[in-house]
Amino acid sequence: MGPTGVEGFMYPNEVELQWSILIVLYPFITGLVAGAFILASLERVFNVSAVKPTYRLALLTALAFLLVAPLPLQLHLGHPERSYEMYLTPHTSSAMAMFGFVYLWYLMVVLLLEIWLDYRVEIVEFSQTARAPWRWVYRILTLGSRNISPRARRIDERVGYVITVIGIPSAFLLHGYVGFIFGSVKANAWWSTPLMPVVFLFSAMVSGIAAVMLIYMAASKVRKVAIDMRCLDTICQYLFYVFVIDFSLEMLDLIHRVYEADESFRSLDFMVHTRLWASQVVLQILVGTVTPLVLLGANQVFKFREGARKAMYAAAGCLTMVGIFAMRWNVVIGGQLFSKSYLGYTSYKLQFATREGLGASIVLMLLPFAILWALLKLLPPWLEEKEPAGI
Amino acid sequence: MSSRLKDAAHLIPLVLVVLAGVAVFLLFRQVLVPKTFGQYGHYRAAALDDIRVRPVSFAGQATCAMCHDEVATTRSKGKHRGVSCEACHGPLAKHADDPAAMKPKKLAGTGLCQGCHKADKAKPAYFPQVVPAEHSGGAECLSCHQPHSPQMQ
Repeated sequence: MGPTGVEGFMYPNEVELQWSILIVLYPFITGLVAGAFILASLERVFNVSAVKPTYRLALLTALAFLLVAPLPLQLHLGHPERSYEMYLTPHTSSAMAMFGFVYLWYLMVVLLLEIWLDYRVEIVEFSQTARAPWRWVYRILTLGSRNISPRARRIDERVGYVITVIGIPSAFLLHGYVGFIFGSVKANAWWSTPLMPVVFLFSAMVSGIAAVMLIYMAASKVRKVAIDMRCLDTICQYLFYVFVIDFSLEMLDLIHRVYEADESFRSLDFMVHTRLWASQVVLQILVGTVTPLVLLGANQVFKFREGARKAMYAAAGCLTMVGIFAMRWNVVIGGQLFSKSYLGYTSYKLQFATREGLGASIVLMLLPFAILWALLKLLPPWLEEKEPAGI
Repeated sequence: MSSRLKDAAHLIPLVLVVLAGVAVFLLFRQVLVPKTFGQYGHYRAAALDDIRVRPVSFAGQATCAMCHDEVATTRSKGKHRGVSCEACHGPLAKHADDPAAMKPKKLAGTGLCQGCHKADKAKPAYFPQVVPAEHSGGAECLSCHQPHSPQMQ
């Protein structure tokens, strides 16, 4: 009799999964960052003025999630106190070491600079109007300059534009790299495909756009202000387009696997029809992809009333998040459930109150919202407001 | 200063903050990376000295054969000629240094044999493997096989 949850033959080092739910969270969170930034760039670079109400919100959302993105990895490490060594002595053969620099570049050079340039006028104003001790915080953030003349603002605008232009490939690189890390594991048939970075990238855009849309809707409800329906309709239009590309790419990968039918196919096919049926076919494809696509697609064809549109967009956004999380789950967990011998399957038992359990994952998923709340208080993104809320 | 430069002056502290960040990183790198790192390859060269001072655990095949030449001769003629003594008997450098100070433990026959010879789909078909219950009906392997040359006795 084999170990519990094992069916058929597994090599000894395959029975227990090494990459847990925390490694599912890592691509999920970085995807939200990349997607939120792409949404912000729609307004800045591609002049889609309809989405302007979400521009700053998208930037702050990207920052809040980016700050949390490395934490699941740190919690997964046996010796997190050594992780900084990756920056000191990086090796080009280590995808994670290179990813560390991509992460730092994106955080320090792209996101923080763009937010600073965009908020500089408010920062200078708040440094004079806010009460202590927040006034000191804003004074530090001004970096000693109070010049917000129209010419200085034009220069900020131009520099910000250049940073966003650099930021778009950086955001692509950030999440493409996450897909690359999985796609380059040639020993794993479930992961090893050059399509992986592209699929990850488009699914990141889908999840990030959906997340900012839901946060915008929730924030409007909490603030008791009307949702800008032109903005919401435009976001959902782009969400639909990107989702169609993402779904097409995933189906292309699936068709390619079915047609190629290499030596791993029977094993992977069996896995999809048994252990991954609920999470892949039901949650990811039917509930998390086809249903939101139908909801979003219907809005491109028919004209619904405002209330119905809001409900359909909210439902589509929530289901999209479920679908993209399920996609990350199926990639990370699914890739470890089958044996390299293709003769057996193992199980993943999710625990709760452990270092890599569900409890830690829930805390990690709530943390970006707490950071976002603090950022929204410090740097209110609402265009009509001029006073920092609660300060 | 021209007015255009004056209106861009607020970017100078920003550039200085970024440069200060890079300088701090380089300083940390200078302090924290071990001095001998990269001397021979992508590792700390002084680690070799650390490893060298660790006590040796394995005596090596040739050392065993110096005293146990009779067993070594038997083994060299049998199917186990490719298996080194310490693969089954464990690390015995202390025993080789002073045979009286450390005696090797007697090995548990059946369990040890099954480690390699219990039937398993993952093993190549040419490798001798058995289902113990069918093969011996629970009898000790050593009752029929001689481990240093495992043909039937």
